[in-house]
Amino acid sequence: MSRSFRAETVKLVRRPASWLLLAITLVLSLIFTYVFPYASIAGGTTGPNADRTLPMLLPDRLVGNSLGGLPVFLGSIVLILGVLTVGGEYGWGTWKTVLSQGPSRLEVYAGKLLTLAAAALVVVLAVFAVGAVSSALIAVAESQPVHWPSAGDLLTGIGAGWLMATMWAMLGAVLAVALRAVALPVGLGLVWMLAVQNLLAAIAAPLLDWVAQLQKGLPGPNAGSLAAALGAPGDTPGVAASVGGGQAALVVAGYLIAFAAVGGLLLQRRDIG
Amino acid sequence: MNLPVHTERLTKRYGGLTAVQDLDLTVRAGEVYGFLGPNGAGKTTTLRMLLGLVRPTSGTVRLLGRPPGAGRLGGVGALIEGPAFYPYLSGRDNLRVLARYAGVGADRVSLVLDLVDLTERAGDRYAGYSLGMKQRLGVAAALLKDPRLLILDEPTNGLDPAGMADMRTLIRRLGAGGCTVLVSSHLLGEVEQVCDRVGVISRGRLIAEGSVADLRGATGLRVLADPLEVAAARVGALVGEERVRVVDGGLDLSIEPDRAAWLNAELVDAGVAVRELRPRERDLEQVFFDLIEKGTADVA
Repeated sequence: MSRSFRAETVKLVRRPASWLLLAITLVLSLIFTYVFPYASIAGGTTGPNADRTLPMLLPDRLVGNSLGGLPVFLGSIVLILGVLTVGGEYGWGTWKTVLSQGPSRLEVYAGKLLTLAAAALVVVLAVFAVGAVSSALIAVAESQPVHWPSAGDLLTGIGAGWLMATMWAMLGAVLAVALRAVALPVGLGLVWMLAVQNLLAAIAAPLLDWVAQLQKGLPGPNAGSLAAALGAPGDTPGVAASVGGGQAALVVAGYLIAFAAVGGLLLQRRDIG
Repeated sequence: MNLPVHTERLTKRYGGLTAVQDLDLTVRAGEVYGFLGPNGAGKTTTLRMLLGLVRPTSGTVRLLGRPPGAGRLGGVGALIEGPAFYPYLSGRDNLRVLARYAGVGADRVSLVLDLVDLTERAGDRYAGYSLGMKQRLGVAAALLKDPRLLILDEPTNGLDPAGMADMRTLIRRLGAGGCTVLVSSHLLGEVEQVCDRVGVISRGRLIAEGSVADLRGATGLRVLADPLEVAAARVGALVGEERVRVVDGGLDLSIEPDRAAWLNAELVDAGVAVRELRPRERDLEQVFFDLIEKGTADVA
């Protein structure tokens, strides 16, 4: 499996789309978490996230601010990365090329999942790094004291962020295997994350109790609960404490494993066209 | 003894469509075997089953004595249904990635690039390759593991005449070097020039197998001689008039080709100038179409 992991890592690192997605992730995180709210505070304007106060942008809120985007927007980008990593083999017809070299399907698939897990960690670390620099700059600019979260809180936050990001990457992977393509899994994944989850939360759940209960078992709301439990601002889309942080972490981990397992099972059983 | 390729009653059905049916295929060590058939005959499906990419509905497959798939393709190289690589990587980097999967050293990459004459363009992105270059890269990938068994699916697709000739030379060289080669094609001339034995598949069934000469069948002698009338009369008297036909200014004789020397002597004794005397072979293309037609009729 280490051979497959090394090969997959080379493919991911050398692929321009990977870097583009990382850049988009960091720019979105920077703009919506720090730039717009800070501009609003500095200019005294009103609007979305304008009720964030200066203390919410300072370094001691780094963990929550860094996790806020992962339940929906940044999670969507990681999902796309998962689709590209696995679905690209279908799009280019390269499964046969790779498998003809001798590795088993599960060996290649495991290499892909490990690479995605590593990429998810890199994304989360990069988001934390951008957040750290941004919050420190804001603190200095506003002559505020710089207090960083404890090492334990940072590690917990990074771990939770990695859990959420990896789960979304696995969802992308399983969609790619199930649909044996790139475009359709990306489309369906984004529709689910950006539209269906929000519609369920904003429209269906308040009307129907069973939908509200169902929400507590879905990946998005659990990711949102996990982020909320670790201090993500409540006005961030997808962030809401519908279940406790511990339960949310378990459910997210369960989905991660389930997505990975279902993808592996499908890949193992189906013909490679 | 482990045969490089051995299938028994290999069958693949897709719903109501039978792509391959009861295929018994045997490729012997060291031979170049041509897998011949028209488009849609089941060649690629068969090769995919050999490599474990497609699961047979029934029947068994053994490659180098082992069932295929699940990491059991050691010693086997393959190019199936056209080359497929990562467009954002160079040809060399594509091979480096595949070498990691295969567990072979990076030194093999340069070696196989040389073999397919792609070293000069190896640093270019795959997306910019011509069809012929892509095909050669595909063959290079198939050779990465220094295989004992090489499976090539239509390897000359997209190649220009010079590239096709190079490919045939490469296949012959690999075969002469002890590598067993299974090459599928719908091009009769290609198979004829490189293969020791040929299997013909039609509608998923193996309808004929043997050497190209066996399939073609030497059915008589062709004689060009002057004066033709005298030659025709003499030969008719010798072998029977029903075995002699005047065709295109020569004689087509339905007799054993090994009687050529005897016939030549008889004609010279009769004062006939023999300009040409050679075995009369059936046109391979006609043989192919006859076999396909026969196979179709048998299935129907």
